[in-house]
Amino acid sequence: MSDSEGDTQSELEALFEPQGTVESLTRWERVKQQYDLYVRAPLKVAINDWRTVVGLGLLILFGLAGTVGVWFTAAPSSGQAPFLLGPFENWAYPLGTDVLGRPIHTQLIHATPAMFQMILGGAGLAIGLATVVGLLSGFLRDTVVDRVLMTIADVVITIPGLPLVMVLVAVFQPRNPYVVGVLLGLDAWPALARQIRSQVLSIREEHYVEASRIMGLRIWTILRRDLLGQLTPYIAINAALAARGIIFGSVGLYFIGVLPFNALNWGVMMNMAYASGALNETAKLHWLLWPMLTIFLLSVSFVLLSQGLDSVFNVRLRARHAQTAGEGDTSASKGEHDNA
Amino acid sequence: MNLNYLTRRLGQAVITFWATVTLTFALYHMMPGGPVESMQNIILQQVTTSGGSVDLEQIEQMVALYANIQPNDPVYVQYIDYWRQLLFEFSMGQSFSHQEPVTTLIAERVPWSMFVSVYSLVIGYTASILLGSAMAFKEKSRFDSIMSSIMVALQSTPYYIVALLLIYSVALRLGWFPTGGRVGTGVEAGFNLEFMTSVVHHAALPILSTSILGIAGAISLRGNAIRVLGEDYLRVAELRGLRPTRIATEYVGRNAILPMYTRFMIGIAGVLSSSVILEQIFSYPGMGLLMYNAINIRDYPLLMGTLIIFTSITIIGILIADLTYGYIDPRASGGGGTE
Repeated sequence: MSDSEGDTQSELEALFEPQGTVESLTRWERVKQQYDLYVRAPLKVAINDWRTVVGLGLLILFGLAGTVGVWFTAAPSSGQAPFLLGPFENWAYPLGTDVLGRPIHTQLIHATPAMFQMILGGAGLAIGLATVVGLLSGFLRDTVVDRVLMTIADVVITIPGLPLVMVLVAVFQPRNPYVVGVLLGLDAWPALARQIRSQVLSIREEHYVEASRIMGLRIWTILRRDLLGQLTPYIAINAALAARGIIFGSVGLYFIGVLPFNALNWGVMMNMAYASGALNETAKLHWLLWPMLTIFLLSVSFVLLSQGLDSVFNVRLRARHAQTAGEGDTSASKGEHDNA
Repeated sequence: MNLNYLTRRLGQAVITFWATVTLTFALYHMMPGGPVESMQNIILQQVTTSGGSVDLEQIEQMVALYANIQPNDPVYVQYIDYWRQLLFEFSMGQSFSHQEPVTTLIAERVPWSMFVSVYSLVIGYTASILLGSAMAFKEKSRFDSIMSSIMVALQSTPYYIVALLLIYSVALRLGWFPTGGRVGTGVEAGFNLEFMTSVVHHAALPILSTSILGIAGAISLRGNAIRVLGEDYLRVAELRGLRPTRIATEYVGRNAILPMYTRFMIGIAGVLSSSVILEQIFSYPGMGLLMYNAINIRDYPLLMGTLIIFTSITIIGILIADLTYGYIDPRASGGGGTE
């Protein structure tokens, strides 16, 4: 603005034409900046952190098993292979077979899609509900809405999760994996909703949110523009942890035989192996151990991912990597400012 | 601690209790076909196996006896009646399978489940506090990174897998602990040494596998402690020449552990939750096993009763945490406003 000093007319025009005169960057440069800040820098941080690499790698393997693997392997059926083959004895059945002659590895693979459906249903519900409730409650602090929502959250936190799910399962007998996931996700949302609420309470004291309010922006615009971006780390990390909770819960309930056995599940495998005395007979032990290892690996991938995401979303770390990515200090700070 | 805070916390507890009981009542009505039809099938099954016959009127009387619901009354009368029997007669209906009042059945099991829960909470959180602070004091050392990896592994292992591994290794292979039950056979109940060691011996593995739930707290304690270690008042304390032990316990320890206190009490909900699965694995006759058996034979009154009691125990735990927090953390005596 300093070049048009003295001429009030052009000064005003300049104010209303921010793109042309003030911002000298071309569209291409802007895209490049955005790419640098939101794709390249996070990727660099992610790759430098072994936890993200291992977590994502494992998760991709599981994803492949649940999609491509199901296509390439035949669904397990009784008597298709010799009974109780040990692991690594016959390379057609690398993980061995169970007492009914079903190969362990195809059982594990064919149980994966339903597991991901449960995770999607449960984590989706938990994260969605927690975000909406947390944002609303934080923004409408000390109103009736806030009190009602937080009371509901406290009630749900207090009721022990698995017993509640068991009663619901007994009454409704869910068979759809998404529904099972949703039931298991029911007790995961309140804690995250409270976390998001307290984040909102501290963020809303910031100057730029204050400014938006004074400018008279609608509440949803403020939520979307100013807050959601800040809360993404919390939401992403908690999504990974909620996924772990869904795995633990669903496998546990299948294992003790509370959920109907209509689908293949690692917990069902564990149940049958355990019931047939796998702990006492060495010949059957692998039938119990492989599903346990699978559950552990999938959980590890989510836990590692949640820890790795923590560093990806760490603004200082990301800014440092954006600088070393070549665009220099200004691009990082400008890009951030545009989207603050 | 002001009166306002007290009433708000008590109000919260009452609301939670009301919501749970109302939920169980609503679930009776949401069963496919309503309470009469769904229980009719179960009662008919039982009666025919014992070789008798019943008509519809008798079934309705039995529903009233078992579930505390009079199927012919209007819903609001049923609801009031349900509450009246719960509050003034301490009655939660009668169990199909045991033919005994639900309250009696649960009352016999509560102490055993609480015994396992409380000890696993205490052990789990003590271990996590010790480990977490050790990791924070040796931040970025080899110990810290190895422990962090172990923590990731522990966080990724469900407690029931821990239980299975423990049974396999310590109980079956080594034979150090029994695989199930709560006392040895032929041990006389009472205040004698043999009985008490037998109880501890049987509860050891359930307690150990449940305490895994609390151990993940070490990571958050490590974070808290590292944050406190960076505070200015620690520098001031050092410059004042205070002894390192005093700094470690009164300054770092206290401020790092405080945020975990309420979590400890809420942890009761998680531990009780896990008992449903663990008590089945260890065939440990507590409330969890009672609920597990109830679900297998669709013993709805017992199922609803255990849910109500599970929630009540958690409500009491959280209430104790809320009411004592003011004494432990003087800053909170005004009452938790923003959290």
